[in-house]
Amino acid sequence: MTVVTYAGTAVTVNDEGFFEDPTQWTEAMAPEIARTEDIGELTEPHWQVIKFMRAEYAAKGTGPTVRILGKTSGVSVKELYQLFPKGPAKVAAKIAGIPKPRGCI
Amino acid sequence: MSKRVVILGGGTGGTLSANRLRRLCPVGDVEIVVVDQNDAHIYQPGLLFVPFGLAHADEIVRSRADQLHKGIEFRQNPVDHVDTESDSVYLEGGTVLEYDVLVVATGSVLVEEETEGLTGPGWMEKAFTFYDPVGAVALHEALEYFEGGRVVVNVVDMPIKCPVAPLEFCFLADWFFQQQGVRDRVELTYVTPLDGAFTKPVAAAKLAGLLEEKGVALVTEFNTGEVDGSGGRLVSYDGREVGFDLAVVVPLHGGATYVSRSPGLGDELGFVPVDAHSLQSAAKPNVFAIGDAAGVPTSKAGSVTHFEGEVLVENIRRFLAGEPLDGSYDGHANCFIETGFGKALLIDFNYDVEPVSGHFPAAVGLPLLKESRLNHLGKLMFQPLYWHSLLPGHNLPGVGSAMPTRGKDNEQVS
Repeated sequence: MTVVTYAGTAVTVNDEGFFEDPTQWTEAMAPEIARTEDIGELTEPHWQVIKFMRAEYAAKGTGPTVRILGKTSGVSVKELYQLFPKGPAKVAAKIAGIPKPRGCI
Repeated sequence: MSKRVVILGGGTGGTLSANRLRRLCPVGDVEIVVVDQNDAHIYQPGLLFVPFGLAHADEIVRSRADQLHKGIEFRQNPVDHVDTESDSVYLEGGTVLEYDVLVVATGSVLVEEETEGLTGPGWMEKAFTFYDPVGAVALHEALEYFEGGRVVVNVVDMPIKCPVAPLEFCFLADWFFQQQGVRDRVELTYVTPLDGAFTKPVAAAKLAGLLEEKGVALVTEFNTGEVDGSGGRLVSYDGREVGFDLAVVVPLHGGATYVSRSPGLGDELGFVPVDAHSLQSAAKPNVFAIGDAAGVPTSKAGSVTHFEGEVLVENIRRFLAGEPLDGSYDGHANCFIETGFGKALLIDFNYDVEPVSGHFPAAVGLPLLKESRLNHLGKLMFQPLYWHSLLPGHNLPGVGSAMPTRGKDNEQVS
């Protein structure tokens, strides 16, 4: 566990940089987290995905996988990779301040 | 008046549940109907051996109806949809089956067409799957005549049936090509969307070590976007490429197609969300799901289905009697992992405890997470047990629903 500062507020993240407590997240932190993932500017489609991740986490207790994002977020898997080249589910979850999606076993 | 239990699917879960329920509930009290679209029950673990000529496709298929006890009705008919509001199953052709309890046991289906190019040029010529009998037989022919080149084994995305099967395929391929005398001309690569060889850390490290030992290269975090059969390459969504002369692909999985046509029954992928311990549906209390069809956080595997069966049948009995459900399934899974040259590993785990070393089911037993000939014999012995003990619904000696902890090296358990 590490403490980092986003948008002037200290938050706790795990070894991989995912939020330990999603309630610490605010929208103002998202652009700063995005820069650590080499995403320069958050566009409208980025926000669509980030908000979708937050809503899914609130409803189900885990973020969706890439395949489920592609089926349900309104953004295709190809576009998702253009928005988050290093891996949509993981990177969008990190920027959205939710834990790493559990995925499937 | 008698109650009616309708079980959709006559595979592992549907068959063993029907047979266990038949023994538990008198014929006059409970009517049991099993519905399936065909009468071919496949012993799915056998599919792994077909490509290597170690099993024949016709040896692993039997009649579904013949596996059901007397007093169980079998209807061969595709399902159109389920209406949970009116407790009714609509069959294709117009028949409506009303139920008091519904069990969804229709497993998972392969959705090859969801991956760009997979069923295009080169499908069944250079790109195969061994996850169905047709593919497994076609792959056997291709392997017999394979003289050298790049072989990739690719999992497109999770969830898949038997997550260890593609790894077993790699181990057996290493053995097979050695037998054929061409191993030095074959480059074997395992390409997975996961960040390691397997999902559970201790087992993943052990399995990654085995891949390395057998000269199988490992490519991780590869989300396959396209399988270009004619060009011989896998292309990931983030633009990486892995070239091949022969690809063995585990396609995307989904639930049975009627689930998506049934309002409220399934999730985005067509699996049925149920309570992980009681197996009761979130949508309606008289709906349950078992096996691959169920959306629970454990592997889609026959052993899981087997262990779920005991809990499911007891919960159905309780539900029909108006008693509270006991909800005791712990996520127990138990898998033999064939490693080639007559050896196998065994792993045993549940929702909370990952696979560790030790012995199963107690201190004197089969070695866990370690290659041994005994485990290979266990795997071979399992096929007759499947038809003659597991499907009829008998308990296997020493193997219960709840995961055993005796005999395990529990200090590895976090």
